[in-house]
Amino acid sequence: MGKVGLIIRREYLTRVRKKSFLLMTILGPLIMAAIMIVPVWMASVNVSVKKVLVLDEAGFIEGLLQENDDVKFFYTRTPLKKSLSTLDADGYFALVHVPRFQENDINHLQRQIKLYSAKQVSLSMKLFVRNQIEKQIERLKLQSQGVDQDLVDNVKKSVNVPLEIIPLDGEKGSGVEMNTALGMIGGILIYFFIFLFGAQVMRGVIEEKTNRIVEVIISSVKPFQLMMGKILGIALVGLTQFLLWVILTGTIYTVFMGTVVKEKLSSDKMEALMKQSPDGTAVADYDELKQTQQMVNEVSRINWGLMIPCFIFYFLGGYLLYGAMFAAIGGAVDSEADTQQFMLPVSAPLILSFVMAQTVLNDPNGSLAVWLSIIPFTSPIIMMVRLPFGVHYSEVLLSMGMLILGFILTTWAAAKIYRTGILMYGKRPTWKEMLRWLRY
Amino acid sequence: MSVPIFEARDITKVYGNYVALNNVSIKVEKGSIFGLLGPNGAGKTSLIRIINQITVPDQGEAFFNGEPLKPEHVSRIGYLPEERGLYRKMQVGEQCMYLAQLKGLDHKTAKLKLRNWFEKFEIQGWWNKKVEELSKGMAQKVQFIVTVLHEPELLIFDEPFTGFDPVNANLIRDEILELRRNGSTIIFSTHRMETVEELCDSIALINKSQKILDGKVADIKREFRTNTYKMEFNGNMLGFTNALWAGAELLDRKQVDNHCTVTLRLAGNNTVNNLFAAIMPICEIISFNEVIPSMSDIFIRTVQPDIQ
Repeated sequence: MGKVGLIIRREYLTRVRKKSFLLMTILGPLIMAAIMIVPVWMASVNVSVKKVLVLDEAGFIEGLLQENDDVKFFYTRTPLKKSLSTLDADGYFALVHVPRFQENDINHLQRQIKLYSAKQVSLSMKLFVRNQIEKQIERLKLQSQGVDQDLVDNVKKSVNVPLEIIPLDGEKGSGVEMNTALGMIGGILIYFFIFLFGAQVMRGVIEEKTNRIVEVIISSVKPFQLMMGKILGIALVGLTQFLLWVILTGTIYTVFMGTVVKEKLSSDKMEALMKQSPDGTAVADYDELKQTQQMVNEVSRINWGLMIPCFIFYFLGGYLLYGAMFAAIGGAVDSEADTQQFMLPVSAPLILSFVMAQTVLNDPNGSLAVWLSIIPFTSPIIMMVRLPFGVHYSEVLLSMGMLILGFILTTWAAAKIYRTGILMYGKRPTWKEMLRWLRY
Repeated sequence: MSVPIFEARDITKVYGNYVALNNVSIKVEKGSIFGLLGPNGAGKTSLIRIINQITVPDQGEAFFNGEPLKPEHVSRIGYLPEERGLYRKMQVGEQCMYLAQLKGLDHKTAKLKLRNWFEKFEIQGWWNKKVEELSKGMAQKVQFIVTVLHEPELLIFDEPFTGFDPVNANLIRDEILELRRNGSTIIFSTHRMETVEELCDSIALINKSQKILDGKVADIKREFRTNTYKMEFNGNMLGFTNALWAGAELLDRKQVDNHCTVTLRLAGNNTVNNLFAAIMPICEIISFNEVIPSMSDIFIRTVQPDIQ
């Protein structure tokens, strides 16, 4: 094994064996999976059923309100005062009071309907109850005009325009929503990976310098070898982490989809729902399922074979570009506290591209987006944001070439600053001095 | 004369506007112990960094064993810097293996040699300890082992004894002498003149980027001798001073009863024998010694000539 190989090995192993690496590797996908799964799961879990008592003195909604998993309606004839006094003790959550019908005026009546609550009523519960009551009033009004309620329901439910986008180049693209989400996630990941692992390079260099081991090592290897060994070793740590995340997230996603969603989406069930369709409720379920299925289809329709290698390339390229600069900063200072004044100018383009990501998402093929995705300091993030929307391969190649050129340039400059900096102790250099080191 | 293990010819090194080394030439003979002396900031570390190929000279040439210095030579040189350290979070054994392999030893040889050294220093139990658990002296021992492990022909120690208690300092000194017996050449960079006095065969003194003195320690001392002697005798001080007359200058005198101690410098071409002939009749000589300048004196006299 060459000397750089030995350095890479040490940098890699000492980091991968750390407990924090293991923790991040496990927590990363769990957090990501949690973000995707928890809302679905929460919705499916039965939180305690809320009993709502209905006192209908007008007699038009009794027995007609539709229930859901959370809210159950119970009907009573007991006078209001008495009902309210025992409401909490009887285990009811709230009471809906519809007063006596007066003067045949529905508009007047609907303003008199009240919800007395024994416990704190959530917004979703209020909306649900209101929705149910409104439906009945609507029915009442339609009836008075002589319109059939079932007819209206059927017409409403059968109107649903998905508006699928079909690109002219023949390839079946994924939806705009999915592209936006994917671009944003890709950009954010690159941003965090560069900062996370770039900072590790910097800390590693400072550690070697403050430990004073650097002079021992550079009497065996060239400073450039030590710097590159460190940068590459940490790059491998980053890649390992990323690949483990992809595998773990993929596994969790597949398992989840295999058990929970597949059951919902099984074609048998779909067909069964289709057959039931004449009665309106099932159609609603069917539409909802179709949307979920569409989302799943979109995820599988994304060109992962392009996205993942591109992500790896832009992560590596961006990381090498910034990692070299972070190494130079680490070499120039004596402690982490001294890094502040150098960190901001160096990371400014990175932060800028993160901020610009939103603008780029709005116009992924505008000239701003194109330029930012070609300039090497911003391209890793911006290109990842643009990629899901489809970028011409010539632009991708140009951007990749510029990025390679960019990191060769920064590595060359960083190596010069690093080489001089690591042997200087006790004083914080100025920008001017660091520029002079380039000429040594 | 054999080829020197290291030779610097007219080396100049400039950092920006600062001249770190100005036309410095030194020769280090094979098998010798060479002292590189000089005040702080004189340029010693710059020269050592050139030997280790950490930096390259702006002018002049450096030779290792007669060949111009090249990267392959680093595996034949061992360097213990003054500012030395280890990775604190790494285990001792693993770290030694890493540093040994960086010096070009293969895995198996490195392990074998390390085992031997750990046994020799009776520190086998440290192998799996983390460096941060070691005391400063313990860490220094580990660093010493790593420096000499690959049996380099040339060893460079920058202030090797700082941080050691006297027992361990002796242990390290004995190991260094043992290494010399086995054929290694040693360069010491130090301020501790007693080390120079005790161990070094030759020295070079660097001050303000320039070499101002070099040669064999014995020769330098001879060169700096001042014809000064210290003498004890029983007799009369007045008679003694009269007998000296113009043959010697009396620098210092002390008398307790009949017992006198004097420091004197011989004048002109007078020899010790002339002196003895003059004083023998009048006193009983107890002891007579030449006052040899210490390296410390020489150092101070050379570096600060104005004070003299």
